[in-house]
Amino acid sequence: MSEFIQYTLQGLAAGGFYALSALGLAVIFGVLGVVNFSHGACYMLGAVISAVLLAELDLGFWPALLIVPVVMFCFGVLMERLLVRWLLALDPLYNFLLTFGLTLVLVEAVKMRYGVSGLPYEVPAGLGGQVTLGSVSLSTYAIFACVFSVVVCVAVGLLITRTRIGMIVRAATEAPERTRALGINVGRWVTPVFGFGIALAGLAGVLAAPTRAITAEMGSNFIIILFAVVVIGGLGSILGAVVAGFLVGLVEAYGIAYAPAYAQIVIFVMMALVVLVRPSGLFGREEIA
Amino acid sequence: MSSATPLLETRSLTKEFRGFRAVSEVDLTVSEGSVHALVGPNGAGKTTLFNLLTGFLTPSSGSVLFDGRDITGLAPEQIAPLGIARSFQITSLFEQMTLREHLELALASPTGMGRQWWRPVSRMSVFADRSMELLDQVGLADRAGVPAGSLAYGQKRALELAIALALDPRLLLLDEPTAGMGIEDIDRTITLVKRIASGRTVVLVDHNMHVVGSLADRVTVLQAGQILAEGPYDEVRTDERVITAYLGSAHV
Repeated sequence: MSEFIQYTLQGLAAGGFYALSALGLAVIFGVLGVVNFSHGACYMLGAVISAVLLAELDLGFWPALLIVPVVMFCFGVLMERLLVRWLLALDPLYNFLLTFGLTLVLVEAVKMRYGVSGLPYEVPAGLGGQVTLGSVSLSTYAIFACVFSVVVCVAVGLLITRTRIGMIVRAATEAPERTRALGINVGRWVTPVFGFGIALAGLAGVLAAPTRAITAEMGSNFIIILFAVVVIGGLGSILGAVVAGFLVGLVEAYGIAYAPAYAQIVIFVMMALVVLVRPSGLFGREEIA
Repeated sequence: MSSATPLLETRSLTKEFRGFRAVSEVDLTVSEGSVHALVGPNGAGKTTLFNLLTGFLTPSSGSVLFDGRDITGLAPEQIAPLGIARSFQITSLFEQMTLREHLELALASPTGMGRQWWRPVSRMSVFADRSMELLDQVGLADRAGVPAGSLAYGQKRALELAIALALDPRLLLLDEPTAGMGIEDIDRTITLVKRIASGRTVVLVDHNMHVVGSLADRVTVLQAGQILAEGPYDEVRTDERVITAYLGSAHV
């Protein structure tokens, strides 16, 4: 039983990384119609920048938690302005290929500068130990990562459901033309929304830094699982991205614990089942006209 | 009526898609306060014309004048605040937003609140009364809190009208407001459009001659992107060219 609780917590912590990143992916897809393949690379950049901040500037986890999302927001803004924007009018496949190419460039650039072996990073002071509850002993950092992701997801959820910008983003996600016909300038929100989505991927990277090996390739597997998350949750569904993120984290953790050989396969079997039963995903709209 | 200043005017308005002229040299004049119907067979260019008027398409040549001002080439979000609202042929409502939210979104857009993005939606309660009033006008007041996705087809079309009205437009463009409706819904919609048309100018596309006959002061018949005939309904209805081109002998 105590093991099961540990696996659950690990699953939820990993799920938090997926949920945050998938949330960014969903918001970007919703407003721009762009499937951002470089999302995994942005997650990797978030972790790498954290490690660099520590090594070069002696800035630890807590400052990184603030600085990295800001840096990644700016990166996202540049990416949208300089690259993505010019292909928006074309078939969405072009931006998919563009961000795929960008992924290769980013991964190779990080390899050239920092090599292929992992960059060192540590669990922040104060979160290093274990919390013991009765017979169960849990990693403090995993609890923190899990709670932090949930808090950020809830905050983004409130932003989207309770504020005017959220209302506009939801409206533009569902029916951009209609929103423009109401006199709302959807285009004005495109760049900040893209930056925001990238910042979320970066934030997931910072959170993952203390527990994962920080390498140029760490985003490659991540993006594949992230696509599974988005398909399970329903492409473009914001709630779906979050719920499926935690769900996939859990399934992956149980898989690793109880059937290590099948851990990765289980996720994709789950994806296949969801697609068979509900092609639009758990929270996707039935009709995609 | 013809001497009144036109609210909407197009001059040699033309839209070409890769050599195909969907709208060709159209000179349309809509006088203020009238209900003007656009009719014509499928592919006559009615929806393309709508998209040109509302900025969703940019004309290849020609111009669009609204209240004497040249609005050719403006974006939809620039045209809407001038007082032009449109409904859509395909019901493209925000499925997961409630009816009240739809109207609040529409009501808030022309105000300064558009810039105050951080404002909680609850502050938009200043629009609550007006939202309910509009929903009441189209008979949807009791559904204010439900998501639009759960409405029946006829109700969705009625919500369309309420949203267009929320912008308090001088010119209301209705793209097939009765498409796909049963006879009961059609009659209800006719009554509704009559009521909301008072004090406004309406341009209406519809296939249903009963709808056009009951609502329109003036009818323009389009064929292959060009104006075939124009005049009061009874005149156009008996026009030889129109009968052959569009109505068919069965309708007369």
